[in-house]
Amino acid sequence: MKRFLLFLPLLVAVVIGVVLFAGIGKDPTKLESALIGKPVPEFGLQELRNPDTMLDQSLFRGRVTLLNVWGTWCPACRDEHDDLMWLAEEKGVPIIGLNYKDNREDALVWLDRLGDPYREIIYDPRGTLGFDLGVYGAPETFIIDAGGVVRYRHVGVINETVWEQALQPVINELQGKG
Amino acid sequence: MPRIVFLALVVLISGVATGDVADVYDFEDRAQEQRYQNLIAELRCPKCQNQNIADSNAPIARDMRDEVYRMMKDGAGNEEIVESLVGRFGEFVRYKPEFDSRTFLLWATPVITVFGGLLAVAVVIIRSRRAGAEGSVLSVEEKARVDRMLADKEQDRTS
Repeated sequence: MKRFLLFLPLLVAVVIGVVLFAGIGKDPTKLESALIGKPVPEFGLQELRNPDTMLDQSLFRGRVTLLNVWGTWCPACRDEHDDLMWLAEEKGVPIIGLNYKDNREDALVWLDRLGDPYREIIYDPRGTLGFDLGVYGAPETFIIDAGGVVRYRHVGVINETVWEQALQPVINELQGKG
Repeated sequence: MPRIVFLALVVLISGVATGDVADVYDFEDRAQEQRYQNLIAELRCPKCQNQNIADSNAPIARDMRDEVYRMMKDGAGNEEIVESLVGRFGEFVRYKPEFDSRTFLLWATPVITVFGGLLAVAVVIIRSRRAGAEGSVLSVEEKARVDRMLADKEQDRTS
């Protein structure tokens, strides 16, 4: 018993060490979305390219989609744009855009210049839908299933690695089910 | 004259000092404003993770302050306001998380630590008391030795 007590501090140190070590390398700025498993919030917003078209949450029904939050003010969105084009053109992934806290003219110029990977683009200049989705920094990308339920969120730039390791497995699983 | 120049300078320079977060909201009374301040001090900014939304000037913190203000004006209770933000941004935005199975250790650690410390102190005291009680009983040989020593001392003093 006495001997065991001598080793107690070592034991405590090892346990604390293991717990702290497990935290190293985790990115604390990536938060899991509070909306996972919940339907896309209700909204009624214009389409970016056709102001006469009103979009709402029924947009996400019927197929698995990517919802990509972007804005021309966001440098990282520029970085991922080529990869979004690649996803839309090579992989045939349906991407819905959410133009977040931006203005229409700038956004249209951007799409003209860089290409347009989006099936539809929700125009959200005041960031209301973004706020309801818990967007705290563009770019963010959500995976929405065929029933309009949020299944996954990726915060940050999308590239080939992110697609292969994070997004594609989730999408494959969802499409396998439906 | 120099005093007036000095004063003018002071007034000019002091104008530069302004707060970072400068929203202007109207409140009905002092209590309501205090309630608002308490609420935004308790909510954490998801972008600037070590700041509350009262402190942060990230755009998202601004939106969250606006939402808190709007809901307060609509007559929502504190818990309702916090819940609505947690529903969007996750449990993360609470600086005071709810007590449940995940946060059990977080809340219980101080109690466990204090309790453990008291236990350790109690064990040390009980042990030393027991040792002290046993130590006061001298064996026959020890008693004889003590008597001899005391007798020697007595002799030294008288001689």
